[in-house]
Amino acid sequence: MTGRSLILLQLYPRDMNIYGDFGNTLVIKRRLEWYGYEVNLISYNPGDKFPDDVDIIIGGGGQDSGQLKIQADLLQIGPKLKELADDNVPMLMICGLYQLFGKFFKTASGEIIQGIGLLDIETHGKSERLIGNIITISDQFGEIIGYENHSGQTYLGDNVKPLGKVRLGAGNNIEDDTEGAIYKNVIGSYLHGSLLPKNPKIADFLIEKAVTRKYGAFYGEAIGDSYVEPARRAASKRPR
Amino acid sequence: MSKPYVTILGKAVRAAAKLRGGGSALPGLVVEKIDPSFIKNTLASLPRGIVVVSGTNGKTTTTKMVVELLESQGLKVFTNRTGSNFTRGVAAALLGEINLRGELQADIAVLELDEAHAVNFVRTVPPTYSLILNVMRDQLDRFGEIDATAKMLRAIAMATTGAVILNREDQRIASLASYLKDQKVSYFGLAPQLVATFPSDDNLHGGKLQSTQQKASVELVNFDDNIATFAINGTPISTPLKLNGIYNVFNAAAALATVRAILGANIDAKKLISVLSEVTPAFGRGEQLMVDGQPVELVLVKNPSGFRLGLESFNPEGYATMIAINDNYADGRDMSWLWDVNFESLKNGVDQLAGMRAYDMALRLQYDQVTVKNIETDLPKALKKFLSSNKQSPKRIYCTYTAMLELRRQLAKLTTVEVIG
Repeated sequence: MTGRSLILLQLYPRDMNIYGDFGNTLVIKRRLEWYGYEVNLISYNPGDKFPDDVDIIIGGGGQDSGQLKIQADLLQIGPKLKELADDNVPMLMICGLYQLFGKFFKTASGEIIQGIGLLDIETHGKSERLIGNIITISDQFGEIIGYENHSGQTYLGDNVKPLGKVRLGAGNNIEDDTEGAIYKNVIGSYLHGSLLPKNPKIADFLIEKAVTRKYGAFYGEAIGDSYVEPARRAASKRPR
Repeated sequence: MSKPYVTILGKAVRAAAKLRGGGSALPGLVVEKIDPSFIKNTLASLPRGIVVVSGTNGKTTTTKMVVELLESQGLKVFTNRTGSNFTRGVAAALLGEINLRGELQADIAVLELDEAHAVNFVRTVPPTYSLILNVMRDQLDRFGEIDATAKMLRAIAMATTGAVILNREDQRIASLASYLKDQKVSYFGLAPQLVATFPSDDNLHGGKLQSTQQKASVELVNFDDNIATFAINGTPISTPLKLNGIYNVFNAAAALATVRAILGANIDAKKLISVLSEVTPAFGRGEQLMVDGQPVELVLVKNPSGFRLGLESFNPEGYATMIAINDNYADGRDMSWLWDVNFESLKNGVDQLAGMRAYDMALRLQYDQVTVKNIETDLPKALKKFLSSNKQSPKRIYCTYTAMLELRRQLAKLTTVEVIG
């Protein structure tokens, strides 16, 4: 299987990576390598040339100041990202970029920050910050365990499905029990932790979709994930 | 209630709390509730004023250095030595020092304050001097965002009546100067070739490293083989140090700059440097204990930048390594920070993982392809295993705050451990 390689793109690592979201990129990279694929990791920052060919895209959360720095650039590459999403390229967007992949973010003072509208979601800034350990349940991935820390509250439209239903914590907002959103192979979520190390099923979903899309089928021997279960058990017993 | 009664009551609670063991802030809490102006009234009488030390990393060791340096110049210094850096911790420390008339026999107070508590503190007790060390990603689950923490530090600087000492190499700190119209501002800094040794959160994933052009009161010029060279007002001076880790040495520059701001021209520089050469790190900040004839080093890690600096400062070669990660409130509940630290320097393996989140740490190391020998969430058991499996080697333990407290309690059963508070 030598010579099979994938292009992994991290969106805005400089300005949008405040809660260890680089861990998600690292997990995808290593797991692909352990499955026997070569990985070409590209960091994309504002003003860079967006590569013609991409297989997986990962993005994280940032501070308000980081979001302002990348917003104009994101709007510019928005059409390209939408095209890739409709072409089934898997993506994972956490927190800040999850919000900006939506239609808009309305700040607490009423200002509208335009998103790229790839996900049919809208986000409203609130004064209350939703912080703490979170557990959600998904039909596809089982229990999803992580940590949330956001003041924006997100509401889903008809064109997305929630990633999970909240069992502990707040999730998208404090009114319904949804957390995250899925559109085609694009996953948005508020979960840091980082998300993928303790939820490798989601990592493998993204990997399988990417490999299958590029090479028709996915092969790879199971990875020794013996630390995952005890780490999930410990996390799920901790206070909010 | 009149002042002597508050004082006596507080002292009694302090004595009772000591008998119970631990709880260094409890008596302070009691006094704070009964007489909120207790701290202000007591500190207002000090002839040389109040120094506040704040920032994310290095408060405790830097405060210790400022205290020892000021003492070397003949000042009597009051400080909250317990590392209990909340307001009630200050009140508790005061209770231990004042006489029954409520008087504090000191020339100056040097107080380490947690950012969030400092904001309230300076509202009632404006500092004469403030030293602002840095702002890094730490306990974001408590404070929200770095920029929010920077705003707290700005409030401390702006409430200061005399001089503010700022870290020139931390953009968010150096830029506080533009808010300071009435205060004297001076800087501590790094020589250009050392700037790269201090990655901030901003340049971890490609941000720019920069050093502002402001002249530094004290600059760390070089640190090699435990010999540090500082440029004090431009004049280089070298000295051996007992401090481990380059971040402690940078904080020594901060302490020197602060002492310069307080004493001005009246410094006995020779004495200052000879005292600095004898300063040892505060507990858990590179502190060394002896067990079975081998050193055991405790390195406190609270946030990604601190962990990165720790890994860069201490060579793992020849050492057995243990990492203990708890997620109690004081440690920060969010484990994401471990993913902002690169552990590839531990490629020769980690002997023992411990703490409530030992398996989060195991996962982190797995993805940096670092092998782990033993994992045990229970700290006393893990420590026992670590000590007995590595009898012949010097050992180093990286630990979060509450893990460090527990490890020190366990180690105190085996060796001499300095009593805190």
